[in-house]
Amino acid sequence: MPTVSMTVNGKQMSGDVESRTLLAQFIRETLDLTGTHIGCDTSQCGACVVHVNGDSVKSCTMLALEADGADVTTIEGLAQDGDDLHPMQEAFRDNHGLQCGFCTPGMVMSAIDLVKTNPNPSEHEIREWLEGNICRCTGYHNIVKSIAAGAAAMRGEKAAAE
Amino acid sequence: MYDFSYHTPSTVADAAAAMSGAEDGKILAGGQTLLPTMKQRLASPSDLVSLRGCRDLVGIASDGSTVTIGAMTTHGAVAASADVKAAIPALAALAGGIGDPQVRNRGTIGGSLANNDPAADYPAAVLGLGATVVTTKRELAAEDFFQGLFETALEEDEIITAIRFPVPKSAAYVKFDNPASRYALVGVFVAHTSGGIRVAVTGAGQDGVFRADGIEAQISAGQTPDSSSIDEGGLNTDIHASAAYRKHLIGVMAKRAAAAAS
Ligand SMILES: Cc1cc2nc3c(=O)[nH]c(=O)nc-3n(C[C@H](O)[C@H](O)[C@H](O)COP(=O)(O)OP(=O)(O)OC[C@H]3O[C@@H](n4cnc5c(N)ncnc54)[C@H](O)[C@@H]3O)c2cc1C
Ligand code: FES
Ligand code: FES
Repeated sequence: MPTVSMTVNGKQMSGDVESRTLLAQFIRETLDLTGTHIGCDTSQCGACVVHVNGDSVKSCTMLALEADGADVTTIEGLAQDGDDLHPMQEAFRDNHGLQCGFCTPGMVMSAIDLVKTNPNPSEHEIREWLEGNICRCTGYHNIVKSIAAGAAAMRGEKAAAE
Repeated sequence: MYDFSYHTPSTVADAAAAMSGAEDGKILAGGQTLLPTMKQRLASPSDLVSLRGCRDLVGIASDGSTVTIGAMTTHGAVAASADVKAAIPALAALAGGIGDPQVRNRGTIGGSLANNDPAADYPAAVLGLGATVVTTKRELAAEDFFQGLFETALEEDEIITAIRFPVPKSAAYVKFDNPASRYALVGVFVAHTSGGIRVAVTGAGQDGVFRADGIEAQISAGQTPDSSSIDEGGLNTDIHASAAYRKHLIGVMAKRAAAAAS
């Protein structure tokens, strides 16, 4: 069996996989990081979104072996010191951006990738960006609101740090 | 998905050798089409030869008259490229309209062209601009590269290395997208090139992307284009749209693209 190694949420991880093992499976089943969800397994819903070398990708549509040597961040890696949520997570909580929460990890990971290149996205830009994230509960309204609030918080945080 | 042997060559020559040595090998680029296909067991290659280690296949170069894009360059990178935006803004916009951000972060121009999905966007730009597809074996004009539904001139062990786009005077791409996938229900690319007007239609033809000479003639004559010259018999009918509807959309998209490119 091939062995795969990658940095996940800042820690060096490795494990034996089959060639066909998906990154999502490796994260959930080998690393036991079950915050990354599998909704459709057909590349449509975005519940499985993680960051690979800083870019959001659908981990159900990438082989674990393709992430060999990569720097991977999952939803579990966002909160820096245990209890403190990432501002984007906090914004989803404050703005009622979730109901059942199944889509939320993917929404949050996708949103953070948006803010990376577009720190102040318009409502239209947020809605366009969410093309690959499907929520079956919320009607998106509060998700869009959450992302706008999360982006604002991330801008503030940066300004404070500078 | 059935299991397979996985290879990560670091040069395209080694990748070609790995393909030649495999019983039923397939190239793996961004995996955004191939992996879903393998999950459905519509493909079950014995070997996957990943191009992720072939760094020389990634990148964009622009010299004013030509934009050259490496086969492993992602849709996201093309959409964000200052060089592409400056030289062929229609191409950057097309790449930015493919699928969703996560598909664009993985999917590549080489993979899209090799796949030649009849509803894919890039084939319209490659044919519309008269681009050249560069492979490990030769250089292919767009007209010779596309060979029908999911068919290309590529041989089993032939790998796309780059695409060379001549810079047009102006160009525009307008698509009516499937709201679920963003694939083109109909997409029309109009380019004013040194060789005249070129119009390519994707999403509609039974044989995939095609040039619409009737519409080219209308735009060249300064007329507002319509779809009267399009043969409905050559268009696709599927669950998304009938041939008649697609024919109508070709006229609408052509009109918008011609106006945007003028
Ligand atoms: C949800 C979703 C939405 C999408 N929406 C759109 C859309 O709106 N418009 C659109 O155009 N596409 C769309 N796509 C398809 C997407 O653009 C794919 O990225 C693309 O079709 C394939 O590129 P890839 O790099 O992922 O190739 P892969 O999936 O890795 O490979 C595809 C095929 O090409 C072959 N191949 C790959 N690279 C090479 C090469 N360099 N030389 C020779 N053969 C090669 C492979 O062997 C395979 O047969 C969508 C996909 C998904 C999952
Ligand atoms: S589980 Fe990956 S996109 Fe739905
Ligand atoms: S909150 Fe239930 S799927 Fe989005």
